[in-house]
Amino acid sequence: MSDPKTTLQPGTDPASLADKRGKPAQADKPTIVAPPDGMTGQGFFATSVDKAIGLARANSLWPLPFATSCCGIEFMATMGAHYDLSRFGMERLSFSPRQSDLLMVMGTIAKKMAPVLREVYMQMAEPKWVLSMGACASSGGIFDSYSVLQGIDRVIPVDVYIPGCPPRPEQVIDGILKIQELAKNESLRRRYSKEYEDLMAKYRID
Amino acid sequence: MPSFAIKADRDQLVTARLAEVLGADLAHEQQYDLMCYTVPKERLHEILRLLRDELGFNFLTTLCGIHYPGAGDRELGVVYHLHNMRAGHRIRIKSFTSLKEATFDTVTDLWPTANWMEREAWDFFGIKFTGHPNLKRILNMEDFPAFPLRKDYPMEDPTRQDKNDSMFGR
Repeated sequence: MSDPKTTLQPGTDPASLADKRGKPAQADKPTIVAPPDGMTGQGFFATSVDKAIGLARANSLWPLPFATSCCGIEFMATMGAHYDLSRFGMERLSFSPRQSDLLMVMGTIAKKMAPVLREVYMQMAEPKWVLSMGACASSGGIFDSYSVLQGIDRVIPVDVYIPGCPPRPEQVIDGILKIQELAKNESLRRRYSKEYEDLMAKYRID
Repeated sequence: MPSFAIKADRDQLVTARLAEVLGADLAHEQQYDLMCYTVPKERLHEILRLLRDELGFNFLTTLCGIHYPGAGDRELGVVYHLHNMRAGHRIRIKSFTSLKEATFDTVTDLWPTANWMEREAWDFFGIKFTGHPNLKRILNMEDFPAFPLRKDYPMEDPTRQDKNDSMFGR
């Protein structure tokens, strides 16, 4: 952004900034964090508190990677420099459930592991979201067997499922963006609602 | 590395000694290049002790359960792979019993490594080992309701609802 000519000024059409070799100008890049709807004027911006909080939550998710098999490897690629999940405000992986908002379950969950996963979920503070990555976490996948849990939604509620065996990093990013949409648009009262209580009761989680 | 001639001699030696002890109770056959002896359950521990102390089979390579459904009094079995490290010689010992009397003597007193292997055989086949110091499940979860490697256990998970015939055309 050192070149003042490529800096986006209010009222400038970003397309006009594309340089002559057809390469888009820096200002043409998509904005990751857009401000919510609100009143704006000289020197102030007003919006509702749940939108502001949703914006903050969505763009500073602390994921807890619960990686048990090959999907975890794909997640490592997603965290790496090429796909770079930290662009979406999740630079900091939390390996402590008490400090994380997003449980990412990646890989085959054995039945023996299910109570551990449940415990980890229960240790997380509200608000929390769960991402189920890959066929095994979502449905048991090819492991239709006595030892494998046939989908983690049998023990914990899941917000977003990512299909694939394993999913590509782009799919993981897509799933994360869907979680961000959920976080952004969630009502501040949702976690106190009757529906949410019923959902938790269904999974026998207090 | 011992040549095949020497190995055949060693097989002969073991077969002769076991035949001397067991007489008509001993059944043996050669499967590929491995001698395989079937011994009665009651004398299993005695034979294994003899193999270890007298014939030098100082190492228990593996121990596992096996299930032949509908085979009557030979339905459940235990297979021992023994290794004489000094001579570089391996043999296989089998023993069978019925489903009702699925009990064998433990060999943890002969080879401590049998401890976890016998727990595995208990976990997956429901074979009890009398005298085992800690016979409980080792790989499956502790409240698992069945012995999953028995052939009458359904191969596909019975709790799964999405795999019905209408989806798979079978």
